[in-house]
Amino acid sequence: MPGKSADKKPSFSDTFSVVGGNFDDAGRVSSRIKGILKKMCLPFEVIRKAAICTFEAEMNIVCYAQRGDITLSVDEDRIVIEVVDQGEGIPDIDLAMQAGYSTSTAKIREMGFGAGMGLMNIDRYADDFDITSEVGKGTKLVMIVNITEGS
Amino acid sequence: MELGFIVKNLKLMVRSGSENLTVDVNGGYVGDLLSDVIANSKQGDIWITRQIHQNIVAVATLKDLAGIILVDNNEPARETLEKAIREMVPVMVSELPCFETAGRIYQLIAAREK
Repeated sequence: MPGKSADKKPSFSDTFSVVGGNFDDAGRVSSRIKGILKKMCLPFEVIRKAAICTFEAEMNIVCYAQRGDITLSVDEDRIVIEVVDQGEGIPDIDLAMQAGYSTSTAKIREMGFGAGMGLMNIDRYADDFDITSEVGKGTKLVMIVNITEGS
Repeated sequence: MELGFIVKNLKLMVRSGSENLTVDVNGGYVGDLLSDVIANSKQGDIWITRQIHQNIVAVATLKDLAGIILVDNNEPARETLEKAIREMVPVMVSELPCFETAGRIYQLIAAREK
């Protein structure tokens, strides 16, 4: 294929902001993004994977960061969801990626979050997943879901 | 099987989404960990939980679940109810504990499939 797909201009791109600690509004951006993808008539499984990844990332901002931005970009081959938060950052990403590991508070756990499954779910459902973090600044996730028929 | 049939059979108290009780239910999922439900429930499942806060409505709409059953007479929080009414998501209350609620629904679905 001539040229890398990363150089291609997405046919759709929009950014949504998420406020940390606001559980009342949690899930709003994920629902919105799912609605956008549905309107694009993408395959069901593609939308499902993207929705799971977005929800987990959104909840991570709500649970752990002060705020964050979720950018959805879609071109004909793939969905790219980029999440940048301003938060404490993650000192040990390998540890954070382990199933069951969590730094959540009792309050977060009571609501059924913070079971140490979020990043694992993203890793499982994204076709490509990259996480970088700087302690004291924040965390960045790039999650890619390929758009393939019959996936 | 229509959700309304399950409601009648288990004497569930419908708190929201009564306009969507004709939806078809073919399976269910039981869980209080939202990441678990998000990852593993299937579209059209009935979700049985004891979480009552409003994020359950977001999970149900995101996964296109048939509805949410709160067990053990747990009522939805006020914000949950408001959100569920707005989004037309059926939220129902079961007087039975989780195990019995799930068991009865499982039997109903299994009997239908025979």
